[in-house]
Amino acid sequence: MTFAGVGTFMTKEISLEHVWVEFGEFTAVQKANLNIAGGEFFSFLGPSGCGKTTLLRCISGFQEPTRGLVKIGGKDMKGVGPNKRPTALIFQNLALFPLRSVADNISFPLEVRGVDKKTRRKRADELLELIALPGQGDKKVSELSGGQKQRVAIARALAVEPDILLLDEPLSALDLKLRQHMRTELRAIQKQVGLTFIYITHDQGEALTMSDRIAVMNKGKIEQIGDGKTIYDHPSTSFVASFVGENNVLEGTVLTNDGKMMQIDAGLGTLFHVESHPAGGPALAPGDACQLFVRPEALKIAKSDNSLNQFETRFVTEEFEGNMRHIVLDAQGKKLKLSLINDGTHSIGASAPVKLDFAPALGIALKPGELASA
Amino acid sequence: MRDLFYDLVKRNGMAVSIYLMVAVSLWVFLLIILPQLTMLDYSFRFNLPPGKIGGPEDVYTLDQYRYFFQGSGSSGGLNTLDIGILFKTLMSAVFVTVFDLLICYPVAFVLAKSSTGAKARLLVLALIVPYWINEILRAFAFRILFGSTGVINEVGMGLGLFDSPVDFIREDVALYAGLAYAYILLMIFPLYNAIESLDRNQIEAAQDMGANWWQVHSKVVIPYAKPGIASGMTMVFMLTAGALAAPQILGGPSNLWFTQLVYQWFNSGGNWPRGSAYAMILLVVCIALVLLTMRIFKVSIGEIKR
Repeated sequence: MTFAGVGTFMTKEISLEHVWVEFGEFTAVQKANLNIAGGEFFSFLGPSGCGKTTLLRCISGFQEPTRGLVKIGGKDMKGVGPNKRPTALIFQNLALFPLRSVADNISFPLEVRGVDKKTRRKRADELLELIALPGQGDKKVSELSGGQKQRVAIARALAVEPDILLLDEPLSALDLKLRQHMRTELRAIQKQVGLTFIYITHDQGEALTMSDRIAVMNKGKIEQIGDGKTIYDHPSTSFVASFVGENNVLEGTVLTNDGKMMQIDAGLGTLFHVESHPAGGPALAPGDACQLFVRPEALKIAKSDNSLNQFETRFVTEEFEGNMRHIVLDAQGKKLKLSLINDGTHSIGASAPVKLDFAPALGIALKPGELASA
Repeated sequence: MRDLFYDLVKRNGMAVSIYLMVAVSLWVFLLIILPQLTMLDYSFRFNLPPGKIGGPEDVYTLDQYRYFFQGSGSSGGLNTLDIGILFKTLMSAVFVTVFDLLICYPVAFVLAKSSTGAKARLLVLALIVPYWINEILRAFAFRILFGSTGVINEVGMGLGLFDSPVDFIREDVALYAGLAYAYILLMIFPLYNAIESLDRNQIEAAQDMGANWWQVHSKVVIPYAKPGIASGMTMVFMLTAGALAAPQILGGPSNLWFTQLVYQWFNSGGNWPRGSAYAMILLVVCIALVLLTMRIFKVSIGEIKR
């Protein structure tokens, strides 16, 4: 799919300044502050009800913030209706018009702008060409497959020639294979048209694979903003650590912290050494309670008897996922998950104790906070 | 028919199926088809005294229909009076129907899309409650409301809008108001049902793509609600054109509704065959008008029953 010659898209940056949205007593968004650069692929990631859709509606103009400013291209958008904003929204259910043909769907934005029929049709055909559905303009929407509808929705949004494309979980209705294919395709479209994409999702896989930057949200608050690697490797709050990807969490106490290395007692009979991450979240002082996160793939079966961060566990059960084997272990009453690549060699005895360890760089100690519910 | 019955039996058991089949057949045949056929038969006969019915003079004739077109005159001139009344009745019914559509569409839209749960139910209740009162009583209430010493005249004169009482009855304002009110629910509910099932995102998508509120309605909501609009308009039109109580009570003295003619032939005229012929004419003309309108607006009957 190529988008050369679709027209030139201006691209504008967006800034949210102290945006609050309240519905009566309920605060849907609190103090959202962020800048999205022109041409960026930016995702809001969070569980349902975290306020990400409300924030998107603030940008598209369907919702006025209770307090704070939404600026697009430096211009305050207060009082500017959704039909006057340079944004195009792709809805979760796509919201294609069932009574209109594919071409009439795509050219709807031109129709309401009073563009004549011939020009509209020409433009629709161009866009159909570009979403690899040439000559399908006279079909009914219901005759298209899920992926084709998806592409028609994108073409319709692009027909507006927006500065910013907003996508509200557009892939959630597709099956797994198509979803993964569309991830790649969406990212390719974004690169080619160079438009600012703002993407809403609860699926961390989508957010991590496509985005330049991600804002993780919980209960109306933006917990962390960063690129995928930062969010995954250096979460700044317990929520981010537990929501993005899988994580094992151990409750513990900080014994020492010299700014580079911390010692943590998690009650497993071993003093854990983990690197301090001054960039990620507030620093922990000796005596502080903490939550220690170690990802399932960071845990290793200990190769020697005296490695650092070594502790003893018992095998509980194994979940087989094809490429990965997820082994559930018990460490003094705490359930831990260990993920191993299925290379056909591992075998863990059901009875003997299993000794695990992890590299100090891969343990993340954070102030105790709310964990994402499974 | 046989397949339908087997299907019914499979789903509901024998007893229920037989009851359903018998009840529906009786309803359709005894209460709808048979009376209409009798009326049709009547309309093609002469109005004979009881003694001659079944006698040699009791033959089929087009005389009753001829009367509608030509009147009693043998000169072959047109019965302009009755044709005029039919025409005026149809025009008035169209006017009332369009008027109902105009006032009901916004109400139905707000009910369906803007209000939620309990609030919508309360609004619907508020719409229904007045209909617990008998239709005739409501018509008389309108007569009092629009009478020369009625509330509207009192208020109008109190505010200095007009000096002397306006004769709303003679001007047919009361009649139109009464008819428009009588069948308003039959317009609101089909519209409400149609609009209610429209996905909210469709409206927002249209707005997002630059449509103003008029374009949202003309390009998205109305096309979608077309079957509901057609169904509401058909019902209101048919019932208004066939209304008797409201024209009888609220109509001006010089204005007859076509149903009143039918009523007169049956009742004071004592001419059942002619009354039947007039009723048939009204029925056929109304159905033809509805079908023609549906064709013009490209609505099929199949769509309406959705």
